[in-house]
Amino acid sequence: MTLTFTRSDQIRSWGRVVHASHLVARPPFRDAIDASLALARENGQAVMPYGAGRSYGDSALNPDGALIDMRGLDRFIAFDAERGIVRVEAGLSLSTLIRFAIPRGLFPATVPGTRHITIGGAIAHDVHGKNHHAAGTFGTHVPRLSLLRSDRGRLAVSAAQEGELHAATIGGMGLTGIIADAEIALAGVPSAYIDCDFVPFGNLAQFFALADESAARFEHTVAWVDCTKTGDALGRGIFQRANWSAEGGYTPHRDQTRFSLPFDAPGFALNSWTLRLFNEAYYAFNRRKAGSRRMHYSAFFFPLDAIGQWNRLYGARGFYQYQCAVPMAVGEPAIRSMLEAIADSGEGSFLAVLKTFGTRPSPGMMSFPRPGVTLALDFRNRGAATLALLARLDEIVAAAGGRLYAAKDGRMPAGLFKAGYPEWPRFAALCDPSLSSSFWRRVMA
Amino acid sequence: MSKNAQSPRRVIILGALSAVAEACARELAGEGAHLALFARNAERLEEVAADLRLRGAGQVQIFARDLAGEADCEGALREAGAALGGIDAVLVFYGILGDQARALSDWAEARHIIDVNFTSAAHWVLAAARLIEASPSPRAAILVISSVAGDRGRRGNFVYGAAKAGLSVLMQGLAHRFAALPAPRPRAVTIKLGFVDTPMTAAIEKKGPLWAKPEDVAPVILKALDRGPSIVYVPFIWRFIMLAVRLMPGFIFNRINL
Ligand SMILES: Cc1cc2nc3c(=O)[nH]c(=O)nc-3n(C[C@H](O)[C@H](O)[C@H](O)COP(=O)(O)OP(=O)(O)OC[C@H]3O[C@@H](n4cnc5c(N)ncnc54)[C@H](O)[C@@H]3O)c2cc1C
Ligand SMILES: NC(=O)c1ccc[n+]([C@@H]2O[C@H](COP(=O)([O-])OP(=O)(O)OC[C@H]3O[C@@H](n4cnc5c(N)ncnc54)[C@H](OP(=O)(O)O)[C@@H]3O)[C@@H](O)[C@H]2O)c1
Repeated sequence: MTLTFTRSDQIRSWGRVVHASHLVARPPFRDAIDASLALARENGQAVMPYGAGRSYGDSALNPDGALIDMRGLDRFIAFDAERGIVRVEAGLSLSTLIRFAIPRGLFPATVPGTRHITIGGAIAHDVHGKNHHAAGTFGTHVPRLSLLRSDRGRLAVSAAQEGELHAATIGGMGLTGIIADAEIALAGVPSAYIDCDFVPFGNLAQFFALADESAARFEHTVAWVDCTKTGDALGRGIFQRANWSAEGGYTPHRDQTRFSLPFDAPGFALNSWTLRLFNEAYYAFNRRKAGSRRMHYSAFFFPLDAIGQWNRLYGARGFYQYQCAVPMAVGEPAIRSMLEAIADSGEGSFLAVLKTFGTRPSPGMMSFPRPGVTLALDFRNRGAATLALLARLDEIVAAAGGRLYAAKDGRMPAGLFKAGYPEWPRFAALCDPSLSSSFWRRVMA
Repeated sequence: MSKNAQSPRRVIILGALSAVAEACARELAGEGAHLALFARNAERLEEVAADLRLRGAGQVQIFARDLAGEADCEGALREAGAALGGIDAVLVFYGILGDQARALSDWAEARHIIDVNFTSAAHWVLAAARLIEASPSPRAAILVISSVAGDRGRRGNFVYGAAKAGLSVLMQGLAHRFAALPAPRPRAVTIKLGFVDTPMTAAIEKKGPLWAKPEDVAPVILKALDRGPSIVYVPFIWRFIMLAVRLMPGFIFNRINL
């Protein structure tokens, strides 16, 4: 069977900043991945695997080059009920994996803020969740995978076999080969529900105190920060800390999204006024409702999934995410400087998320999480003004010895990347010569 | 999980590696059905079978063969029925789009399009009809995937369209025959599929809003297996589109490049 590459102008990443043309092939079975790699090689074209396009920037984009859309590879392969290990094709969605796991009393060891990603994408960015301090990253729970390389063919990869390639592929941003399938070690959970405490805090110092006090008692911790506030209230927000509930049963989420944004909102929909209003209302609402609640895992982990295509709220020009991690020793002053810079700029971020990372190491040499604190922000793309603010944030991150998250990036300069990821030369030597993304070309420039 | 208390349904799927067939098979697996899968690639069949078992299918049997080259369709269906312990439904999914431009100059291509989409499918349908009529199942049914391309010939794909039109009429006649049988009457369902994004249509660029995904059409196809009219346009909008296309006067139709 021949596989076709078709030209498409419709491919976007979640931030929707880049509008480019790609040649796209969608292999329906794993045996067709080879053919797509070979075809691209014959044409002298760089290729990139594309998952669900939930990365915000350009790590899955390859403008004017080729993409392999992995979503046709969405099958379960095997399940070992005794060990809780499931083997799946890399294009399977996390959503389907969870619907499989929950009725069996299992759940992925960690999940990010959306279930609409593929397993391949979860491994390639070694995604983290609200329980990073307890469970580590997603890739920590991927004992084995099969990788297709344009130079070496199909390889079985684990810590024991092809250990270097294993360490490079977890968090390898799709550059070390195409992940065809992977084993995922699931964790036992007592129900499909989460008992969550909502604790308002008045400033940044209180956030660090809460995080410190909660880490040992709560598996999941995360905070929302109101980044419109300055002075004494700088860094005020709502802290969430939670554990799996002993009760509630094992009802999975439904797969459909009830409401989806059908078109781009006008660019001005999210402006400094709606931003202030949203932040005030969110804080006031949650302060009034402070206390403990039992929530379904889907409401706790994936609140944004309730509205399909919410990224269109930012208008046709799209938006940038910015997520950094800085060491704990300089965490408080660095986050304070960033929040001040944002308040100064008047750009503001609707969703500012603050979380401490734990010390559990990831097997991935390029994984983003590191012990310390992480701040995630999003900014409507207003061109030069937005980029100037992000450059200002870069300076603070660099001075703090921090790094940025490739899954959330669309513009980080090469210098900051290389400083943040000192393992990059070792990694670059392990990349597949036929694969390249616009992200990679930028940070290697 | 079974929607009702009935025993699991036993279903034979011809062309089980088609993207639309696989989406339907996942729906059936979800209700615990017992499945017999026919297609020509044995390795891929194994992969699909393993997946369907983990998605809840009661059992999955595979039969690797070329569906256009079967000499004894009834024997093959009997064999599958024996493996499943009976037959509730036979679903026909396989098909090829072919190359219309080549079919105009090369009889071998034209005949291949007709052989696969009509002649061989007719053989399977007539064989399945005998077994389904004899089946004691109260949910006995045959379902065939035809195409809106069979509703009016157009220059872009009329050889394929003619084969699908023949298949639609065969099924229409079968439904008429079944309607005269004593209750519980078996069902003969023709799905007239609109545009679906699958490997068959992968080469078509710029897929507009009329294009559906296999997972969107699968639940509609399976609902038609159980109840409702015997000719179903999927997605439903195609009923109105094709009504307009059929009623369009020739002098207008001839100016449209389709
Ligand atoms: C609402 C929202 C919340 C989020 N929350 C979090 C969070 O809490 N924590 C977190 O860590 N991330 C978070 N993310 C980011 C997201 O989890 C990652 O960007 C993830 O990698 C997206 O996976 P994807 O399947 O969409 O892959 P894509 O975005 O399509 O691709 C991502 C990378 O994976 C590579 N890739 C994809 N498939 C394969 C494969 N089969 N083989 C090799 N490489 C492959 C691509 O080449 C690319 O480099 C969030 C994103 C959104 C939209
Ligand atoms: N997609 C559309 O827009 C559309 C529209 C109207 C109607 N349809 C109809 O829908 C049905 C399903 O097609 P699809 O869209 O799901 O495309 P698909 O994924 O390409 O499926 C077609 C399947 O038919 C199989 N097949 C072809 N010849 C065969 C043979 N001789 N023996 C065994 N299997 C054979 C192919 O198997 P191999 O892989 O072995 O070739 C393939 O699995 C077809 O009947 C098609 O005509 C599709």
